[in-house]
Amino acid sequence: MGAVSLSGVSRTYAQERATGQTRTRRGTGTTGNPERAVRALADVSLHADRGEVLAVVGPSGCGKTTLLELICGLQSPDAGTVRSEPAALMPQRDLLLPWLSAVDNAALALRIAKRPRAQARERASALFAELGLAGFEEAHPHKLSGGMRQRVAFVRTLLSGKPVLCLDEPFGALDAITRAEMQGWLARALAREPRTVVLVTHDVEEAVLLADRVAVLCARPGRVVAELEIALPRPRARTDPAVVALRERALIALGLGGDS
Amino acid sequence: MRRGVLKALPAVLLAAVALGAWELYVDLGGVDPALLPPPHAVAAALWDNADLLWHNFTITAEEVMLGLGLALIGGFALGVAIHFSPLLRRAAYPHAVGSQAVPIAVIAAPLVFWWGFGIFPKLFVIALICFFPVVVTTVDGLAAVDPDQLKLLRTLDASRWQAFRFAELPAALPAALSGARIALAVGVIGAFIAETSTATTGPYAGLGHEIMADLNSLQAPREYAATAVLFLFAIACFYTLTVAERRLAPWTTRPGGDSR
Repeated sequence: MGAVSLSGVSRTYAQERATGQTRTRRGTGTTGNPERAVRALADVSLHADRGEVLAVVGPSGCGKTTLLELICGLQSPDAGTVRSEPAALMPQRDLLLPWLSAVDNAALALRIAKRPRAQARERASALFAELGLAGFEEAHPHKLSGGMRQRVAFVRTLLSGKPVLCLDEPFGALDAITRAEMQGWLARALAREPRTVVLVTHDVEEAVLLADRVAVLCARPGRVVAELEIALPRPRARTDPAVVALRERALIALGLGGDS
Repeated sequence: MRRGVLKALPAVLLAAVALGAWELYVDLGGVDPALLPPPHAVAAALWDNADLLWHNFTITAEEVMLGLGLALIGGFALGVAIHFSPLLRRAAYPHAVGSQAVPIAVIAAPLVFWWGFGIFPKLFVIALICFFPVVVTTVDGLAAVDPDQLKLLRTLDASRWQAFRFAELPAALPAALSGARIALAVGVIGAFIAETSTATTGPYAGLGHEIMADLNSLQAPREYAATAVLFLFAIACFYTLTVAERRLAPWTTRPGGDSR
């Protein structure tokens, strides 16, 4: 029984160009101009079992964010079915609320669930210590580094208590060194507290290091062109020949095969 | 404290230069002192009539505070209501704009008929003059919330009210406070208009009333002294609210980003 399953999912946006900016608008070609319609996803079938980490890699414009919003119920597909256990989204931008302290941001889901504030903060604080955020509980987001903000956003996602976590390029905006640290940290966090994870990334190496399975999408329209099982023990090293080989296979599926 | 003095220095210097030029202009016979009293005469009038001016100041200050309080509460409430109800927006917004064009003298008579010679007609007039910037900035501030932020709150199962409470309300607060500062600046002249357009019992009923009385009895220095008190009062109010804004919305003041 999959925690997340998509079958034959398509999603199309009507696109309008106005004042030099491209805006997308929900719709199914109701403007009657099929050339302007952008197919974000075409006949995508995917699934993730309970406790599995599914990575979705692909170039920009392959509908990765659309995919996550479908799983989180923020959008509906034009065709096909999306079935998922309740899912929480960790968006690409951390979207921390600037008026709340780090710990209050992390505890947001608990506050929304009407838990008493002290209790909510206590639960978030406990995770802060584990994730190297101790001492920054009362700091406001603009005082935190990018890596710390992402960790706070992750704690917020974790504390939503939802069985499925949708992570949208969680480390995309970080520098290479911080990103490597954060990948190791996420791997440990998931080892401690297993969840079903759909991890969207454009970093093939990140996908191979963290996931149980990697789905490779191509762009415009987004379609699944390959699925790779990553049956390697954890923790994984990026220099491990098996990791390198799988990374190469994923790159070939993307049409970017290394030296060959 | 020393830094505060240094910050006020440019304004004090500018005032000194302007007053000096004014003094010279009148002393050198540029204008009849009965029409434009020189600053030293105004200062003398300020000194000689300190008790009278203080008494009238307390009356005007009370009007401004209460009228402004009404405007802030009413304007903010209307802004929030308009944000929640597109119907109300279409129904009430045009009239809120139009209300700003209504000459107070036109409605003064019915106001006095309903509420008499006391403070209530004046409060209404001040509130009418002040509420509009609060409505506009509140509506705009509420609408300017990051849509991704609201999307995130939806994935955390926030209700409409919780989205308002956690995201929209704090996001709109700085804008609403800016509206309040504009309202304050016009509130002081609003008090003048209120005092001079609605009839009053007793000879000394606020600085505006006094200014009109002095104008009619050719007491130019005292008239200017009362104006100087209004001038300083508006400045004091404005900066008090700026300080309050820093306490209420500290996340908007970045280090070194003080542009006020």
